[in-house]
Amino acid sequence: MEKRELTCIGCPLGCLITAAMEGGTVVEITGYTCQRGRDYAAKEVTNPTRIVTSTVRVEGGACPVVSVRTKADIPKEKIFACMKEINALVAAAPVKPGDILLEDTAGTGVAVIATKAVAKRPHSE
Amino acid sequence: MRAYDIVIVGGGPAGLAAAVAAKKAGAGDILILERDREMGGILNQCIHNGFGLHTFQEELTGPEYAGRFLAMARQLGIPCEIDTMVLEIGSDKVVTAMNHKKGMFRIRAGAVILAMGCRERARGALQIPGYRPAGIFSAGTAQRLVNMEGYMPGREVVILGSGDIGLIMARRMTLEGAKVKVVAERLPYCGGLQRNVVQCLEDYGIPLKLCHTVVDIRGRERLEGVTLARVDESGRPIPGTEEDYACDTLLLSVGLIPENELSRSMGVEMDRITAGPVVNESLETNIPGVFACGNVLHVHDLVDYVSEEAARAGENAARFVRGLLPECEGAVSVVAGRGVRYCVPGRIDITRMAERLPVRFRVDRIYKEALLTVRCDGKLVLHKRKKMIKPGEMEEILLPREKCLAQSGLRSIVIAVEEG
Ligand SMILES: Cc1cc2nc3c(=O)[nH]c(=O)nc-3n(C[C@H](O)[C@H](O)[C@H](O)COP(=O)(O)OP(=O)(O)OC[C@H]3O[C@@H](n4cnc5c(N)ncnc54)[C@H](O)[C@@H]3O)c2cc1C
Ligand code: SF4
Repeated sequence: MEKRELTCIGCPLGCLITAAMEGGTVVEITGYTCQRGRDYAAKEVTNPTRIVTSTVRVEGGACPVVSVRTKADIPKEKIFACMKEINALVAAAPVKPGDILLEDTAGTGVAVIATKAVAKRPHSE
Repeated sequence: MRAYDIVIVGGGPAGLAAAVAAKKAGAGDILILERDREMGGILNQCIHNGFGLHTFQEELTGPEYAGRFLAMARQLGIPCEIDTMVLEIGSDKVVTAMNHKKGMFRIRAGAVILAMGCRERARGALQIPGYRPAGIFSAGTAQRLVNMEGYMPGREVVILGSGDIGLIMARRMTLEGAKVKVVAERLPYCGGLQRNVVQCLEDYGIPLKLCHTVVDIRGRERLEGVTLARVDESGRPIPGTEEDYACDTLLLSVGLIPENELSRSMGVEMDRITAGPVVNESLETNIPGVFACGNVLHVHDLVDYVSEEAARAGENAARFVRGLLPECEGAVSVVAGRGVRYCVPGRIDITRMAERLPVRFRVDRIYKEALLTVRCDGKLVLHKRKKMIKPGEMEEILLPREKCLAQSGLRSIVIAVEEG
């Protein structure tokens, strides 16, 4: 049996979790405080995933960029493909939190959404 | 002069949570003054996820977390003045502020809540030798540039200091295509949370060098490189351990200091260790009716704790203006014992304390298999075993009132690490 020591990234408590593996499958998980940590450990040793956060350029907005994230976690190895797509996006002001800026990033089926409101730039300039 | 029940200085998570709680606790006129172009404080630049799991049972980004509180404040009809800088607060609670619309103006407050947050330590305080070329930023400044202005400060990066902002910027710059070569930390332990070491450094193969510092900076106009060296126990560089790194950007993530110029000049008593006000169980400073919460009180790593603490400050301010907060009667001091750097609050009026009062503190180094104790005049009233405690992570105990009341003539409460 192989044991893997993990730090849960679910929240800042950072519980130390141990996952016992046998031939590529998880047989026992210990050390978590909540279900989230258990789920994290099970995924981390088989198919690690992350939420990606970044910014997207905004045209005609009161701020030059709007913060965004993937709506759910995506496989780790897709992070840079996702970033490439995010960097090619341009949003038009106004933007609301939750607005979908990209339906499906890097073939994961996960959307990229805005996390902040950006108003239209006032006309004066 | 226009008068308000409560004036809140700072519109970050602390100011917003304090306002919402004060309103719910029955305070009348509340006003938040914020010097930035938008509400939300530092959360606007913290675009990563991991906020609010404790408050909302949901993982949010910084702007989303701020958005939740801003929506609550709006719903309660609490006015917020942005682009408004508070210049002075008198000990009579007259607040002097300034903005473009009104110029300089003064308002009278029944109670004041200090929620000004903190700012980063300046590079001047760091004593790095060498020239001062362009390309050296504090990690927070870089965070603002990248996440709010959409501007990348550089392509080849070295980070000095392992605070959370530095770790988070290591990942952020990597995602934006920069090469982050190393994070160097002078101390033998990481300053930030372990989860950030995992998801910001290990995920991207960025090395963390503990016991290392920058000993030389090269480049005249623009930064060209830095030299790192290992340091000994007393923090002195060890000759012969130097390593050169070519880079165009150096980020400094060397800690935060509460922003307390206003507090000091109004006569608020300060704590030497936290660099924040000394407060009692009601989060009230030595000036009755003046409260403090959030990063201006002591540096928090978790915004959830900021909101919780600020809500208590808001409730107490509401009780104060409604005449429901009994006058403070002699206070018991809360003392940082062995292994503990500071405790907040620093004093407690037992008659005013809650059933379970959160006391927050930080330890001075890493302890394994630690025993945390609370003693009332020497008598053990509470203990807690922890596998590991670190200076980078704030600790909390809930102090039970009945245990404090049981000790007649109580003079001091000592929090200590007794084993580990
Ligand atoms: C640069 C930086 C980056 C951070 N990054 C992270 C992170 O990535 N993750 C994390 O969990 N925590 C992070 N933190 C910690 C985080 O800031 C706190 O958890 C929380 O935001 C503190 O809330 P606050 O309301 O006390 O302070 P702040 O959010 O700093 O808000 C204080 C507000 O007061 C205003 N203000 C100050 N002085 C005046 C004045 N004289 N007049 C009017 N307004 C005034 C400021 O403009 C500001 O908006 C960071 C802190 C800093 C300083
Ligand atoms: S196991 Fe639960 S409590 Fe522990 S770090 Fe993970 S999410 Fe947080």
